[in-house]
Amino acid sequence: MEMLETFAAHYNYFITIFLMISGLFIVIARGNLIKKLVGLSLFQTSVYLLYLTPAKILGGTAPIYDESYKLYSNPLPHVLMLTAIVVGVATLSLGLALVVRIKEAYGTVEEDEIFAKDPEAE
Amino acid sequence: MNALSWGAAEPHLPILVVVIPLVGALLTTFLRNGFLAWLVATLVAFTLPFITIHLLLTVLETGQPITYKIGNWEAPFGIVYRVDQLSGYVLSVIAIIGAVIMPFARRSVVAEIDERARSWYYTMYLLCLAGLLGIVITGDAFNAFVFLEVSSLATYVLIALGKNRRALLAAYQYLIMGTIGATLYVVGVGLLYVVTGTLNFDDMASRLSAAIVDPGQRNAVVTALGFMVVGLSLKLALFPMHMWLPNAYAYAPSFATAFLAGTATKAAIYLLVRVVFSVFGVGMTLENLPIGEVVIVLSIAAMFLASISAVFETNAKRMLAYSSVAQIGYITLGIAIANQAGLTGSLAHIANHAVMKTALFLALGAVFYRVGSVLYDDISGIGRKMPLTMAAFAIAGLGLMGTPGTAGFISKWYLAVAAIDDGMYSVVFLIVASSLISVVYIGRITEVVWFREPSKAAAQAKEAPLSMLIPLWLLAFATVYLGFDTRATVGTASEAAKVLLEGVR
Amino acid sequence: MFTSLFAALNSMAPEDLIVAALFIPTAAALLIPLCHRVPNLREAVTLISAVALATVTWSLYPYIIDGVRPELKVWDVGQGLTLSFKVEPLGMLFALVASTLWIVNSIYSIGYMRGNNEPRQTSFYVCFAVALASTMALAFSANLFTMFLAYEVLTISTYPLVTHKATPEAMKAGRVYLMLLIGTSMVLFLPAIVITWATAGTLDFTAGGIIPITGENALSPFLLGGLLFLFIFGIGKAAVMPIHFWLPAAMVAPTPVSALLHAVAVVKAGVFSILKVVVYVFGIDALTTTSANTWIIYLSAFCVLMASIIAMNQDNLKARLAYSTVSQLSYIVLGAVLATATSVTGGALHILMHAFAKITLFFCAGAIYVAHHKTEVSQLDGVGRLMPVTMFAFFIASLSIIGIPPLGGTWSKWFLALGALDAHYQFAMAVFMISSLLNTAYLLPIVSRAFFKPLPGTAAGQKVAIAEAPTACLIAISLTTLGCLILFFYADFALDMIKLVDFTGAQTNTASSPAAGGELLEGAFNVR
Repeated sequence: MEMLETFAAHYNYFITIFLMISGLFIVIARGNLIKKLVGLSLFQTSVYLLYLTPAKILGGTAPIYDESYKLYSNPLPHVLMLTAIVVGVATLSLGLALVVRIKEAYGTVEEDEIFAKDPEAE
Repeated sequence: MNALSWGAAEPHLPILVVVIPLVGALLTTFLRNGFLAWLVATLVAFTLPFITIHLLLTVLETGQPITYKIGNWEAPFGIVYRVDQLSGYVLSVIAIIGAVIMPFARRSVVAEIDERARSWYYTMYLLCLAGLLGIVITGDAFNAFVFLEVSSLATYVLIALGKNRRALLAAYQYLIMGTIGATLYVVGVGLLYVVTGTLNFDDMASRLSAAIVDPGQRNAVVTALGFMVVGLSLKLALFPMHMWLPNAYAYAPSFATAFLAGTATKAAIYLLVRVVFSVFGVGMTLENLPIGEVVIVLSIAAMFLASISAVFETNAKRMLAYSSVAQIGYITLGIAIANQAGLTGSLAHIANHAVMKTALFLALGAVFYRVGSVLYDDISGIGRKMPLTMAAFAIAGLGLMGTPGTAGFISKWYLAVAAIDDGMYSVVFLIVASSLISVVYIGRITEVVWFREPSKAAAQAKEAPLSMLIPLWLLAFATVYLGFDTRATVGTASEAAKVLLEGVR
Repeated sequence: MFTSLFAALNSMAPEDLIVAALFIPTAAALLIPLCHRVPNLREAVTLISAVALATVTWSLYPYIIDGVRPELKVWDVGQGLTLSFKVEPLGMLFALVASTLWIVNSIYSIGYMRGNNEPRQTSFYVCFAVALASTMALAFSANLFTMFLAYEVLTISTYPLVTHKATPEAMKAGRVYLMLLIGTSMVLFLPAIVITWATAGTLDFTAGGIIPITGENALSPFLLGGLLFLFIFGIGKAAVMPIHFWLPAAMVAPTPVSALLHAVAVVKAGVFSILKVVVYVFGIDALTTTSANTWIIYLSAFCVLMASIIAMNQDNLKARLAYSTVSQLSYIVLGAVLATATSVTGGALHILMHAFAKITLFFCAGAIYVAHHKTEVSQLDGVGRLMPVTMFAFFIASLSIIGIPPLGGTWSKWFLALGALDAHYQFAMAVFMISSLLNTAYLLPIVSRAFFKPLPGTAAGQKVAIAEAPTACLIAISLTTLGCLILFFYADFALDMIKLVDFTGAQTNTASSPAAGGELLEGAFNVR
C-alpha cells in the first residue's frame, strides 16, 4: 500500500524513467535509422518532463509579480526546456536530413542492409 | 601581449570570445563565396587567440578569476562567464589550434568540399568554434549544455560533408551517441537543479556540501554525478564509449578532422574536470562512487586496446583516431589519479596532444590533398615525394610515442611521477608499456611512407603547397619546443591543478 | 690551416668546446643534404666535420686531466628534467673513442658505399652525423634525463641506417632493432629514471651516487637490486642477454653501420651508460655494501661465456663478430657491476680497446664483402692470399680481442681480472680467462683458414693475384690496426683520465688527490 502511494505521488517520475528507457531501447534495438531517431526524440522528451515536474506547482500561475497572485510556478525550468526543445528539434531535423542523404547514397535506411553493402562502415 | 590595449572592449572580452565567432558565422552565411568566407573565418580565428591569451595572462597575473555577468544580472540569477586558470588555459589551446589550421583550410576545403557548400562549411566551423569556446568559458551548467549542443550540431555537419559516403553514416552515428551523451549530462544537471535550486557552477558547489550531508538528497546528488560523468565520458570518447570516434575522424574532411581531433574532445574533458573537481569536489566524487578506480581501469584499457586497434588499422586517419582514444586515456588517467602531478600531466597533455595530433592530421590532410587517399597501400613511399610533410609527420609521431625531447614525454613524465606519488607502481609500467604500442603503430606507418616503394598514386604526388606546410611545421616545431620549454603548458597546468585541488572538500 | 684551428681551439673555454662538440655533427647533418647533388662535396663535409669533432674533443682532454669539469646548462624543463652537460673522465674517454673512430669510419664508409654503389647515400651520411651528435650528447650528459634524451635520439637516428638496404629482411631487422631498443628503454629505463627521481629527488650524476641506502627514503637492498635490474635491461644497447638479439639481427646493415653499432656509438653508448649509472647514480660503495649487484654479476658472467659459445657456432662472419661483441659487452657490464674502482677502470678501458679491435674486424669483414662478396666463414678458405693486408689486420685485431700483448686489449682484461679479485669474485676472474680461450677458438680459425687453406679452385702453393678492397677501406683498416698496437704502449692517456673518476664522492678537488683505488692503478703501472 505504501509502495503504491509512493508510486502515485511520484508517477510522473516513473513516466520520465519509462520514456527514457524505452527511448534508449529503441535507439539500440531498432535497425531502421528513422526509428532510431524517433527513439532518440523520446529519450530527449523524457528530460523535459524531468525538469518540468518539480517546477510546476498545482494551482500555481505564471510568475506575475502582483499582490493578487500568491502561488506561482518556477519559470526557470520552463525556459530551460524551451531551449532544450529547440535543441531537440534541431537535432531531429539534422538527423533526418542525414538519413535522407544516407538513403540517397546507399538506397536504404536499414542498418543491416547498409553494413551489408559497405562492411567497413561499421 | 599583455601590453595590448583593448580599450573599451577590455571588460567585455569574455563575452567577445563567444560573440566574435557567432557574428563571424552569421557573416559567412551571407557570403556565398568560399574564399570570402575563408577570409572572414581566418580573421575571426586569428582574433580569438589574442583575446584568450590576454585573459589567461591576466588571470595568471592576478591569481583571481575574471567573471563576466551577462546583461549585468547578478551571479546565481543570470548567466556568468568565468575565466580562471583552467578555463583560460583550455580556451587558449582551442583558440590557438583553431587559428593555426586556418591557412591549411583554404586549399583543403576547395579540394574536398563542393563549391556551393564551402561558405556554409566555414559557417559550421565558426559555430563549432563558438560552441567549444562557450563550453569552456561559461560558468552555468545549462549554458554549457547549450554550447555542447551548438558545437555538436555543427560538428555533425562538418563530418557529414566528407567525400566518402561513410562520412554520412559516421555523422549519423556520432549524432546518436553525442545526443545521448548530452542528454545524460542535462539529466544530471536537472537533478542537481532540483537539489540546489541553482545552475551556477560556483553556487552549486557551495550548496552541494549541505545537500550531501542530508541523506534525503544524497541519492539525488550521487545519481546526478553518475549521469553527468557517463554523459561527458560519451562526449570525450572515454573507452569503451569511443565507438563513434574512429569513423567520424576517418571520414570527415581533412580540415574538420584536424580541427576536431585537437579541440572537440578537449572541451568535453574540460567540462568533466570542472564538474568533478569544482562542482562536486573530488572528495565527494571519490567517496561515494568508485569513479576514480573505474576511470583508471577504463583509461588503461583505452591506452592498450585502442592502441592495439591502431596497430592493425590500414587507414592512416582511422589509425590516428584510435590513437586519439588511447591518448584521451592518458588524460583521464591523470584526472582519475587526482593529485597535483597527475592533474598537471593531464592538463599539460590536453595542449600537448592537441598540438601533436593536429600536426599529424594536417600532414595526412596534405597527403590526401596530393594523393586523394590515406590508405596505407596508396600512401606507401610518399615520404620520398613529400619529404617535408612526412618529416613533420615523423616529428609529431615521435611526440606521440613520448620520446624525450618532445611534448609527449613531458606529459608522460608527470603521469608516471603522479602514479608513483600515489604508490601505484604498476600503473607506471602500464603507462610506459602502452606507449610502446604507439611505437609500433607509428613505426608501422613510418615504414610504409618511407621505406616502401612508392605506390602508383604516390609516385605522381609532389610536395604539399606552402600554405599547408607552414601550419604543419609550426605545430611540428611546437611539438619539440614544448618538450623543452614547458612554462606555457606545465606552468599553467600546474597553476590550474593547484586551484582545482584547493577546492577539494 | 690546422695549426691556426688548434690555436683557436686552445683559446676556447671548455664550455664552448662542449657546444662545439655538439654543434659540429649537427651542422654536418644539416649541411650534408644541401650537398646532395655533389657527392664529393658531401663526403668532404662528413670528413671535415669528423676531423673537427675529434680536434674539439682532443682539445677538451687536457682540461679534464687538469681537473676541470666544465658544465653547460642548456635548459631547465622542470622537475629535475634539466638539459645539461658536464664533462667527466668517463664521458671524455667515450667521446674521444667515438669522435676519433668517426674519422676512420668516414674514410671507410666512403670507400665502402662507393665501392658497393649503395643507394640513398645522402640520408646515410645525415643519419650518421645525427648519431654522432647524440653520442656526444650522451657522453657529456650531466644527468639521467639528458642521457635518456640522447639515448633515444641515438636509437632513432640509427634505425634508418639499420634498414638502409630496405629489403624485407632489413625491414624486419629494423623492426627488431627499434622495438627492442625503444621498448626496453621505455618500459624499463624510463620507470627506472622516474623511480630514481622519486627516491633521490634528483637526476644529476653525482660522485658517490644519488640513491639513498640509509635514512628515511632509503631503498632496501632488494629494491636496489630491482632498480639495477631496470637499468641494466632498460639500457638495451648494452645487449645483456636476453636483450641481445637485436645486435645479430642488425647485421643486415652495411658494414660501416655495423662498425658504428659495434665500435663507435651504439653498443658503446649502452655500456657507457651502465658504467655511468653504476658509478654516478648507485655509487660503487652502495652496491658493494648492499650486495645488490650479486645476481647481475652471475648473469653477466654467464653472458660472457654463453655469447662466446654461440659465436663459435656462427658461420656468418658478421654474426660471429656480433656475438663476440655481445660477449665483450658483458665484460664491461661485469666490470661495472663488480663495482670496484679497478673493475670499473677495466670496463672503461675495454670500451676503448674493444672499440679499436672490433672496428678493425668489421672493416675486414666489410672489405672481404666489397672485394669478393663473401659473407660466410666457410667461404674464406685461402682469402688471406687474395687480401693479405686485410687478413693480417684481422689477425692483429683478433689478438687484441683475445688480450695478447703487445696489443691494447691486454690492459683492459688485466684490469678487469684484477678488479674481479679486488671484489673477491675469483670465479669472475676464471670467467675472463676461459672467455679468452673461447675468443681464440672462434677468431683464430678464421685466420688460419684464410692463410693456410687453398683458395677453392686453386692448388696449394699456387700463386694468386692480390685483390684487395678499395684503398679508402685499406687506409681505415690500417689505421685502426695500428691503433690496437699503439694503445698498448700509450694506454696512459686513458688510464690517467680514468684515475680521475671520483668513485666515492669524498674528494672535492679531483685535480690534486689520487682517486680511490689509485694505489692499485699505480701497482698495475709498475708491473708494466
